[in-house]
Amino acid sequence: MTGSHPDPLDLLPEVLLAASAVLGLLLGAWLPRHRQWLIGVLAAAACAAGIVAAAVSAAGPEGTAFRGAFALDPVTATARIVVLGATLLVLVLTRSVLRGHAREAECYVLLQLAATGALALAGAQDLLLLAAGYLLAGVPGYALAGFLKDGPGTEAALKYYVVGAFLGVLLPTGVVLLLAAGGTTAYAELGTGLAGAPPALVAVGALAVLAGILFKAGGVPGHFWVPDVVQGSAVPVAAFLATVPKIGALAAAYRLAVVVSAGTEVPWTALIAVSAAASMTLGNLAAFFQRDVTRLLAYSTVSQVGYLLVPVAAVGESALARPALLYYLAAYAVTNIGAFAVVCALPGSRDLEDYRGLARRVPVLAGSLAVCLLGLVGTPPTAVFLAKLEMLGAALDGGLLWAAVVAAVNTVLSLFYYLRWIVPAFTGPPAEGPRHVSGSSTAVAAGAAVASVLLGVLGGPVLAWTSPAG
Amino acid sequence: MLTALVVLPVAVAALLMCVPRTAPRAVFPAVWIAAAAVELLITVMVWAGYRAEGGMQYEARARWIPSAGIGYHVGVDGLSLPLVALTCVLFLACALYATRQRRRVREFAALFLFLQTTCVGLFVALDLILFFLFFDLSIVGMYAVIAGWGQRGAARSALQFFLYTFVGSLALLLGFLGLYLAADPHTFDVTELTAANPLAERPGQGALVLSALALGLAVKTPTVPFHTWLPPAHTDAPAAGSAILAGVLLKMGTYGFLRIVLPVLPAAWREYAVVFVVVGVVSVVYGALVALAQSDFKRMIAYTSVTHMGYIVLALGAAGAVSVGSADAVRLAVDGAVFQMVSHGLLTGALFLLAGVLHERGRTYDMDAYSGLAARAPVFAALTGVAAFASLGLPGFSGFIAEFQILAGSLGPRPVATGVAVLGLLLTAGLFLRALQSVLMGPPRLPAGAPGATRPFRDIGGREALAIVPLLVLGVVLGLTPRFVLDVVEPASRGVLELLAR
Repeated sequence: MTGSHPDPLDLLPEVLLAASAVLGLLLGAWLPRHRQWLIGVLAAAACAAGIVAAAVSAAGPEGTAFRGAFALDPVTATARIVVLGATLLVLVLTRSVLRGHAREAECYVLLQLAATGALALAGAQDLLLLAAGYLLAGVPGYALAGFLKDGPGTEAALKYYVVGAFLGVLLPTGVVLLLAAGGTTAYAELGTGLAGAPPALVAVGALAVLAGILFKAGGVPGHFWVPDVVQGSAVPVAAFLATVPKIGALAAAYRLAVVVSAGTEVPWTALIAVSAAASMTLGNLAAFFQRDVTRLLAYSTVSQVGYLLVPVAAVGESALARPALLYYLAAYAVTNIGAFAVVCALPGSRDLEDYRGLARRVPVLAGSLAVCLLGLVGTPPTAVFLAKLEMLGAALDGGLLWAAVVAAVNTVLSLFYYLRWIVPAFTGPPAEGPRHVSGSSTAVAAGAAVASVLLGVLGGPVLAWTSPAG
Repeated sequence: MLTALVVLPVAVAALLMCVPRTAPRAVFPAVWIAAAAVELLITVMVWAGYRAEGGMQYEARARWIPSAGIGYHVGVDGLSLPLVALTCVLFLACALYATRQRRRVREFAALFLFLQTTCVGLFVALDLILFFLFFDLSIVGMYAVIAGWGQRGAARSALQFFLYTFVGSLALLLGFLGLYLAADPHTFDVTELTAANPLAERPGQGALVLSALALGLAVKTPTVPFHTWLPPAHTDAPAAGSAILAGVLLKMGTYGFLRIVLPVLPAAWREYAVVFVVVGVVSVVYGALVALAQSDFKRMIAYTSVTHMGYIVLALGAAGAVSVGSADAVRLAVDGAVFQMVSHGLLTGALFLLAGVLHERGRTYDMDAYSGLAARAPVFAALTGVAAFASLGLPGFSGFIAEFQILAGSLGPRPVATGVAVLGLLLTAGLFLRALQSVLMGPPRLPAGAPGATRPFRDIGGREALAIVPLLVLGVVLGLTPRFVLDVVEPASRGVLELLAR
C-alpha cells in the first residue's frame, strides 16, 4: 500500500477530463455556434492527454489514492485507456453527426462527465465512491439519451432514467447493508469485515450492489433499458452508452468480486455465472429477428456483457480471470464502436435492407462492418477471438465448464444474426435510398476494424501486462 | 521457408485487391496462376530438402502471445508434407481451371489465394491456436466462395456449411482449451503437448476433451452423422470451390486426428477407438448407399467423399488397437490413411472439375439428362472414366494402394468392421459404373433447352485439360510408384503409433 497520501497527480486522467468538461461548459456559453466544435477538440485533447497520463502511471507501481478509495492498478489503467480511447472515438462520431447543432457543446460536456463517472466506477475501491461513480456515470447518460428531444429519444431517456433510478436505489441500499455487515465501506478492510458477518445480510447487500452494477453494464436482469435507449438515442450517443459505462461497471464488478468471493460464503461464482448465461442467451435470442440495426447491436451488446461476466464469475477460481476480463474489455470497446461507426457513417440507414450491396457502394465501410461483426462473433485473428479464448480458458480453469459450453453455443447462435447483416452487404444489388456517407465516421469504422485486428494479432504484450505477476 | 509458403498467397491476394478493377482482365488469372506455380515450386524445394527419417523439419518459432501460451510455430513432417504438396497441386489446378471465370475475377483470385494460405498454414501449424486460426479462416473463405460464386440456393447452402463447421470449430476450441489447461505449464504448442501427454492420468477429463475434439473434427471430415452440410455445399459451389472443399478442406479433419488427437490423447483414443471404427464403417457404407441413390452427378461425388473419408476414420480407429499387438498391420492402416488423403484429394478434385465441365456444357448435373457423351466428347469421356475407375480403387491407381493398405491393416485388429467396409468398395464400384454407363454410353442425348443442346457438346479444352490431366496423371503415378510418398509417410506414421502406444 504505497501512496495513501492524497496526490492529485494520481488521478490525472480523471482530473483532466473533468476540468475539460467544466471548461467546455464555460466556453460553450460564449462561443458562437459555428465555433462550438472547438469544445469537441478540447475534449479530444483531454482524452488523448488522459491516455498518455494513464499509460505513464500504469508503468509506475501499483497503489491506491485517497486513503485507499481509488485503486491504481492494471484494472484501473486498462479501464482508463479503454474508456478514454472509446470516448475519443465517440467524440469524432458525434462531431460528424451533431456539427452545428444548437447544443453541440453540451453534448461534448455530458459525454466527458459520463466518461469521468465510468472512470470513477472502474477505480472505486470504496462503496461510497462506487455509489458516486454510479450517479456520475448515470445522470449525464439520461440527458444524453434524450439529447435530440425527439419522440424516441425522450422515450429512451425516460426508460433509462426509470430503470436507472430504481436500481440506483438498490445500490445505496446494498452499500448500507454491506456497511452494516462489514463495518466499513473500504474494500481493503471489507473482505475481513464481511467474513464474520451474517451470510444472509452479506448476500442481500452484495446482491443489491450487484444489481446497480448490472444496470450500468446492461446485463440481465438490469438490461431492460438497452434496446430502447440504443435505438432511440442519436447513434454516437448510443455507441457511447452501449460501451463506455459498461467498461466502468465491469471493472467495478471485478473489484466487488475480489472482495466478496474472498471473504464470504455468498455463492458469487454461481450468481454471476447465471447472470452471464442469461445475458448472452437472452441477448442473442432477442437479436435474432431484429430488422433495425441499432436494436440488433443493442441486443448484441447485452450478449457481449454475458461473455464479459464469465471471467468476473471466475475471479478467485482462476488466475486467467483478470487478463481475460481486461483484454476482453479493450477488444469489445474497439470492436463495438467500430460497428456503431458504420451505422453512423450511413445516416438514415437503420434497416438491414438499407445495407444491401454496401460492398459495391462503399467497400471500405462494408469491409469494416464485416471485420467488426465477425470480430464480435469471435473469428480469429480479431481481438475478440483472443478475448473469448481467454474467457473460455478462465471459465474452464475456474470449473465453469457449463458456462464455457453455454458461451460456445451462444457464439454460434450469434453468428446467425451477424450474418443476416453481413451477407446482404456483400451480395445482392445496391439498395435504393440516400447515398450520403460521412467521411469521418467511415474513418473511425475503418480505424476500429484495423485496431481490432491489430489488437488481436499483437495481443501478447497486452495480456502479459494484465496478467497478475508470478 | 514455410512461413514464405504460408504468407505468399495472401500477400499476392492483398496486392491483387489493390489493383484497380478496371485493369486488363487477363492480369488477375495470370498473377493467380503465377503465385500458385511459385507455391508449388517452393513445395517441391521443401520436399527435395526433406529427409524422410528426420522427424519435424523446417521448423520456425516466434513468440506471439507468450502469456497465453500461444506461439507461432510451424514445421513439416511426413504427415503434413504430402498434404501441403497436395494443396499446392490442387490450387494450381484450380487456378488453371478457373481462367474461364468471368464474374468478379479479381475477387475470385484473391479469395482463392487467401484460401491457399489458410490450407497450407493449417497443415504446417504446430500450435493449436494457429491451427484453429487457419481452420476458422478457411471456413470464412469457403463460405465466401460458395455464397459469392455458387448457383441458385448457394446462399442457403453456404450458410448451412458455415454454421455446421463453425459449431464444429467451437467444439474444437473447447477441446484445445481443455488440453491447454491440462498441460503444465499451460501451452498450446503441439510438440510440447505431445511430449507432455497431459491427460494420461485423468481419463475422465481425457474423454471430455476427446469428445470435444472429435466432434469438431468429425464435422469437418465429415463423418456420418455430421455430413449433412456436405452435399448441398458441394452442389451449389463453383467447380473450383468444390474441388478445394473436397480435395483439401475435408483433409483438415482427418489431419487433425492424426496430428493432434492421436499423439496428444493416446490413452483416451485407445479407450474409445472402437467408437471411431464404428463411425468409420457406418460412413463408408451409408455414404456409398446414399451415393448410389443419387441422380445428380455432383451430389454423388460428394457422397463418395463421405465413403472415402470413412475409410480413413476406420483406419485411425483400428490404430487404437495398437496395444493389442499386430503393430505392423496397424502401421499399414495409418500409412494407408495418409495416402488416402492425398489420393482422394487428387481424384476427387479431378472429378469435381470434370463435373464443372459437364455443368458448363449442359447447365445441369442430372445424370439422366445426359447420354452417350463418349461419342460427342471422347476426351471428356476418357478422363471421366479414368477418374471414376481411379476413385473406385482399381489397381494401378493411387486409390487402390490407399484402400488396400487401410483394409489390410485394419483387418487384423478389427475383422468384422473391415469386412463390412469392404462392402463399401463394391457399392462404390457399382455406382461409378452405373454413372459412367448412363452418362457416357448409349444413344447420344443432351439436356433439352440447354445451351449445349443446339450445338455439339464441346470436348475438353486446352486449359481444362491442363488443370485436370495432371491430377489424374499424379493419381496414376502414385498408383504405380507409391514409394516416394510412402517413404516420407511411413516414418511419420510409425512415430504417431509410438506416441499412441504410450
